Amino acid sequence: MQGLTFDIAHLLAGTLVLVSFIELYQDRLTALINVYAAHAIVLTLSVAWQALAQHAPHLYITATIALVFKAAVIPLALRRIVIRLGIHREIETVVGVGPAMLIGIGLVALSMVVMLRVTAEADPLAREDLAFALSVVLLGLLMMVTRRNAVSQVIGFMSLENGLVLAATGAKGMPLVVEISVAFSVLIAFIVIGIFLFRIRERFDTVDIQALDRFRGERR
Amino acid sequence: MVVYALFGVLALVALAPVAIALGASSPATNTVYGASFIVTLALCVIALLALFGHPGPAPAVVLPLGLPWLGAHFRIDALSAFFLVVINLGGAAASLYALGYGRHENFPQRVLPFYPAYLAGMNLVVLAGDAFSFLVSWEFMSLSSWALVISHHEDRENLRAGYVYLLMASFGTLALLLAFGLLAGAGGNYTFEAMRAAHPSAGLAALVLVLALVGAGSKAGVVPLHAWLPLAHPAAPSHVSGLMSGVMTKVAVYGFIRIVFDLLGTPDWWWSLLVLFIGGATAVLGVLYALMQRDLKRVLAYSTIENIGIVFAALGLALAFKASGMTFAAALAFTAALLHVFNHSLFKNLLFCGAGAVLVATGERDMEKLGGLIHRMPQTAFVFLIGATAISALPPLNGFVSEWLTFQAILLSPQLPSWGLKLMVPAVGALLALSAALAGACFVRAFGISFLGRPRSQAAIAAQETDVNSLTAMYFLAALCLVAGILPGLFIDALAPVAQIGVGGHMPVQTGVEWLSIVPIAESRSSYNGLLVFVFVAMSGVLAAFAIHRLASDRLRRSAAWDCGYPDPSPLTQYSAGSFAQPIRRVFGTLLFRAREIGEMPPPSSTRPARLTVNMHDPIWDTLYVPISRFIDYATDRMNVLQFLTIRRYLTLVFVALVLLLLVLAIWP
Repeated sequence: MQGLTFDIAHLLAGTLVLVSFIELYQDRLTALINVYAAHAIVLTLSVAWQALAQHAPHLYITATIALVFKAAVIPLALRRIVIRLGIHREIETVVGVGPAMLIGIGLVALSMVVMLRVTAEADPLAREDLAFALSVVLLGLLMMVTRRNAVSQVIGFMSLENGLVLAATGAKGMPLVVEISVAFSVLIAFIVIGIFLFRIRERFDTVDIQALDRFRGERR
Repeated sequence: MVVYALFGVLALVALAPVAIALGASSPATNTVYGASFIVTLALCVIALLALFGHPGPAPAVVLPLGLPWLGAHFRIDALSAFFLVVINLGGAAASLYALGYGRHENFPQRVLPFYPAYLAGMNLVVLAGDAFSFLVSWEFMSLSSWALVISHHEDRENLRAGYVYLLMASFGTLALLLAFGLLAGAGGNYTFEAMRAAHPSAGLAALVLVLALVGAGSKAGVVPLHAWLPLAHPAAPSHVSGLMSGVMTKVAVYGFIRIVFDLLGTPDWWWSLLVLFIGGATAVLGVLYALMQRDLKRVLAYSTIENIGIVFAALGLALAFKASGMTFAAALAFTAALLHVFNHSLFKNLLFCGAGAVLVATGERDMEKLGGLIHRMPQTAFVFLIGATAISALPPLNGFVSEWLTFQAILLSPQLPSWGLKLMVPAVGALLALSAALAGACFVRAFGISFLGRPRSQAAIAAQETDVNSLTAMYFLAALCLVAGILPGLFIDALAPVAQIGVGGHMPVQTGVEWLSIVPIAESRSSYNGLLVFVFVAMSGVLAAFAIHRLASDRLRRSAAWDCGYPDPSPLTQYSAGSFAQPIRRVFGTLLFRAREIGEMPPPSSTRPARLTVNMHDPIWDTLYVPISRFIDYATDRMNVLQFLTIRRYLTLVFVALVLLLLVLAIWP
């Protein structure tokens, strides 16, 4: 049983990293939002499996939160925003897909090396989990850095947060309070950023943040 | 004991808000300085009791302040007690002096609140028993003195002085912070007991020594970190200048002794080379700078640098002897350093008070505008002369005793085992001898140009004797200079428990020696009797005066008044400060300060006066500070771009930093 538990947790966490890569590959916003929903679903599965493996029923609540908000509410809302803004056909990357993928592979390798060395004495389950979680965090950050559109930066930020949740649930004994607060903070961040998107749009007729730079009179 | 001391400090701190409440009202000056005088006197008594009291381990008081897991430790051991005496004796004299001097302050509300706070800060530094409270008190002291330096901020020079002072003070504190961090080690126990118990490795200990030298040395004014001192000390009101020069530099010496002698354990011999060399260089450079100045208070500030050099050279010597296991010689050098600390605090305070009295009477600090003050301010001139004699290390005053002891320690250097020290110590001795001679010249110049001759300006003609309070304070300090000069044995014995802490041994007891002599090593080798010299000087002086008055012809003669070699009636034809220093400037300054004299003669038939311009460069300012400030300007200019990046670039910066740190973690062995 121990071997199977480990394998399945490993599989789910690995899938999360894989979906992060798929996110990185998408250059259209609607597709990106869909992939993000998939990302959240994989996270839900992973958290649920941890709940089962650790006999920690409160993690089911975390999984439910992830399923409801991250896999349903937020993607739907984002889709509405994108359609209302009329930017669902936009293609926007600063770094091309190829280099971004290569950098991503490097980041995953780095986080593996770091985590496996640092947590030599830890429980193997938590250890692998942390390594994958760090990869997801770094990939989310990479996404924020390589995208120009505010919406995809929001998605990058939220997949980064998914990585945090993965790390938090992988470690035993994480109290629920923290997770709920994290979930709500993300929701609030989402709302705030959503409002900002509309404000930016109203003012500058675009959510391309390059417009902000132009407005500030910056040279590129 | 320490509890009473802390109450005293609390009283001083509480005085600051009182001073703020009183503002510029007329009783404010008297209240604040009077209360400061009483409290510092009480603290001085407490410190003396602690110094002469029980020699056992001092009980510590832990206050629930500061870091929650550490608290604030305070205690008095012999070393702190000695420095408490220095601080509060100086503080009491300065407060008494300020009862008179403070009346002439235009904006007392800018000085009064900070003055007691400054005294409290200095007291807290030596009372502190852990690194955290030490550093907090140290910064408190720096900041309150900074406020006093810029109290006359109408003058742009003072603002600049304050700026340089603040920069150097933060730099020094940073060095001390790092030193304490290294001493505390990975365990992070910041009490002095824990640091004393830990034995750092040799490399680490050397690093701590260098950091302590930089941190404490920058506050004490060790070359090349002295740049702020001659700017800041004269800028403050005179009684504060006296405190900064006479007392605060000693607090810095305390910091150095506490770290290097007490906390760091047994030294390696080569550490002392660094301290010795820096001490010798500081002494010579300080006094040479002092000789080049025209500003009376600046002369005194540079002379502080010289004396700090002597103290550090003696401390270096003590380190060398201690490392070689020669406890007795180490105790001699250490006692000499401490005695010089005490003596310098007396006469430097006295001299600054004298300079303050001159400043009040004439409004001038420029010596070229003074002169002839001995007729108008005879009492100030008398005490200033005593101070100048003491600082020039002439017997029977106290400056001679400590420098003599230092040289006695230097003469023991052939017994040192290592050749490096055997060669280095006499060289440093030569530097000290040179600086002692130059200091004599410097104070002949300072006293002669300011007080003798004929007045060089209207202000000097109109000068009036200063008030009773100021004179009392100055007479008090002068009397102490004399007492410490003729009864040095008492002071050496009092320093025995301090030397025990510093070097683990003490000098032989001096009170049993006949005729109040002091015998530092052995009767056959050397001894000094201040009382004898004093009696001899007094007797020969009286006899000479008697002989001149009695035996010389008292027949009435009438003739043209002797013009002292000045047929021109203008007082400008007298020797001036610049001309007095010219020979020394030509010998040393040409190379060191790149001093160039440009004489400009008008063509015949022109009525224009001839001009002599002297160009001098400060070598350390030009080669050290200017490049550093240029580099910082350049770097900040380049980094200014960072203030105006796009959001995505900031994110990229964060991302790259994170990845780099992870890489370091991955590659780290």
